[in-house]
Amino acid sequence: MSKRWISLLIPVVSIILGLLIGAIVMLATGFNPVDGYIALVNGMVGDSYNLGETIRTITPYVFAGLAVAFAFRTGLFNIGVEGQLIMGWLAAAYVGYAFDLPPVLHVIVAILAAAIAGGLWAFIPGLLKAKLQVHEVIVTIMMNYIALHVVNATIDTLSDGKEKTETIHTSASLGSEFLQSLTDYSRLHWGFAVALLAVLVMWFILEKTTRGYELKAVGFNQNAAEYSGMNVSKNIILAMVISGMFAGIGGAMEALGTFGNIMKMTAFSGIGFDGIAVALLGANQPLGVLFGAILFGALKNGGLNMPNEAGVPVEIVSIVIALIIFFVASGYLIQLILNKLVKKDTKTPKVDKKNVKGEK
Amino acid sequence: MVTDTGGIDDRSFNQSTWEGIEEFAKENNMTRGDGGYDYLQSAKDSDFETNIKNLVRRDFDLVFAVGFKLQDAVKTVATQQKNAKLAIIDEVVPDLDNVTSIMFKANEASYLAGVAAALESKTGKVGFIGGMEGDVIGGFQAGFQAGVAAADPKVKVDVQYAGSFGDAAKGQAIAKRMFDGGADIIFHAAGGTGNGLFTEAKERKKKDPKANVWAIGVDRDQYDEGKVGDTNIVMTSVLKRVDIAAKDVSKLTKDGKFPGGETITYGLKDKGVDLADSHGAISDKTMKKVDEFKAKIVAGEIEVPEKPAKK
Repeated sequence: MSKRWISLLIPVVSIILGLLIGAIVMLATGFNPVDGYIALVNGMVGDSYNLGETIRTITPYVFAGLAVAFAFRTGLFNIGVEGQLIMGWLAAAYVGYAFDLPPVLHVIVAILAAAIAGGLWAFIPGLLKAKLQVHEVIVTIMMNYIALHVVNATIDTLSDGKEKTETIHTSASLGSEFLQSLTDYSRLHWGFAVALLAVLVMWFILEKTTRGYELKAVGFNQNAAEYSGMNVSKNIILAMVISGMFAGIGGAMEALGTFGNIMKMTAFSGIGFDGIAVALLGANQPLGVLFGAILFGALKNGGLNMPNEAGVPVEIVSIVIALIIFFVASGYLIQLILNKLVKKDTKTPKVDKKNVKGEK
Repeated sequence: MVTDTGGIDDRSFNQSTWEGIEEFAKENNMTRGDGGYDYLQSAKDSDFETNIKNLVRRDFDLVFAVGFKLQDAVKTVATQQKNAKLAIIDEVVPDLDNVTSIMFKANEASYLAGVAAALESKTGKVGFIGGMEGDVIGGFQAGFQAGVAAADPKVKVDVQYAGSFGDAAKGQAIAKRMFDGGADIIFHAAGGTGNGLFTEAKERKKKDPKANVWAIGVDRDQYDEGKVGDTNIVMTSVLKRVDIAAKDVSKLTKDGKFPGGETITYGLKDKGVDLADSHGAISDKTMKKVDEFKAKIVAGEIEVPEKPAKK
């Protein structure tokens, strides 16, 4: 087996393993795994409606994944994507209903506002890290809670005690009747195009610009970067801000696409935290993040159909989905095992030859 | 039926709605699944619309959306699918012929809870734990405060919001602070957060069986949550009979009289809200007073405020 085969085999084997263990869990709890998985696939791509909803679910995951991955690539752990995302959500929703602008411009302004809000929220941990060496993990985690309550309080003020903000004007909406008619009234919106664009942008920044090279260099080795004349603290702050901007735009997808407003949240949306897993699944590469987000979004949306079609309760669905992701994420383990197997394969004939020679 | 993020076994109004539907199904010999009755749980806010649509696409005659958070999703689905019949609980979706809105005057029953708490309090201080600030929980708070003030203006009400319906640890911390601060009866309208109140009160009762701590439950009769040995720390519960409402609307729909476009409000008058049996925790004297106030509210002599006074 060549190396190439192995790298193709790993994701396939991981997914099959995940599905198998998931099937065992379903069997053990008294549900039919075949029905369950058919329902899962139907929920992902079964008809145009489900396909549309799946793409819609994937969209914010792409941004959350990119945000985490961008920070990782520059040596930072941004656990605050969740907070930056809901700040961006709020900003986009506010611009969406409070401003009156022409159609396309309105969307762009709202998305920019979300990027700025997310960027600002990430600026604080970036600054603290760069100037005072406060660890960004702690700060970003705490900033999540601050964001949650700031957002709830702001909604309360903006809406005069209501549960949500006004709905955005249609000029700010990413939704499109064309996409809805294609997908039987799903909430599919143009955000997926923005997400694809963002994947390109991240690749471009990191691989094609001097600034991107500097950011990565600081991530690899701060001392070396400083020695070669780079401004380390500036680059740390910039990396956090760009990461936060991706997260903020992810929030804008929810504000301008899925919901059209922002509701008071009793708990985190979870998108930002899932973004960590998405980034790791994608090995922190822009294209990898896209695939990670597709896997995550498809499983999440398909999972909704399992209780609906096969009667599998949500708790079991969560376990099955977690197992699949677990095995995909532990691809390294499977690679190790496969490598061992291959080595054995190549060793065995040699030993045989020796034996043959010895016999002679 | 589609739940909000509280889940089907929230010991509160999701569960209560489901119980009403189950009861209706039993009476009509329906089975769980297609052509009968079923529920879907929502884990995230973005699941609401998908879940409602999934049920509509399975041709259920009537889909209940439980909770004010589902308002937008109900509105969207109802606009797109004119043949779907939807009912939303705790929120009004106006101007749509295929949506019934079911509301509860929880403030009326909370008023009675306030009266009972004020008269039973030995320390002259009672507490209120809210989930999220807003119109819905504001109604509970307003009713409770007004009830306390009407029964005994000297009794103080300590109000605090947890900012969550699912944070039992926070509920316990707030309850601890309130009990330490001298409150002896605490009313919660905070869903799962309120479970922390029961935990705190039970722990105090366990340590000292003579401890004077009481909790007032919400939505369902929460008497079972308050057992400590032979005693119980649940004084009563403010009932929101979502089950009755769900059954009523199901029955109307079956008879071809689906009240589309209407808002049905359940109050003390039609027993849609009430106080639960106190199992002797409330003295007869207080009960008499409570019944007096109840009669006055039903007769329309007392108008219970819906919004708490601004601080």
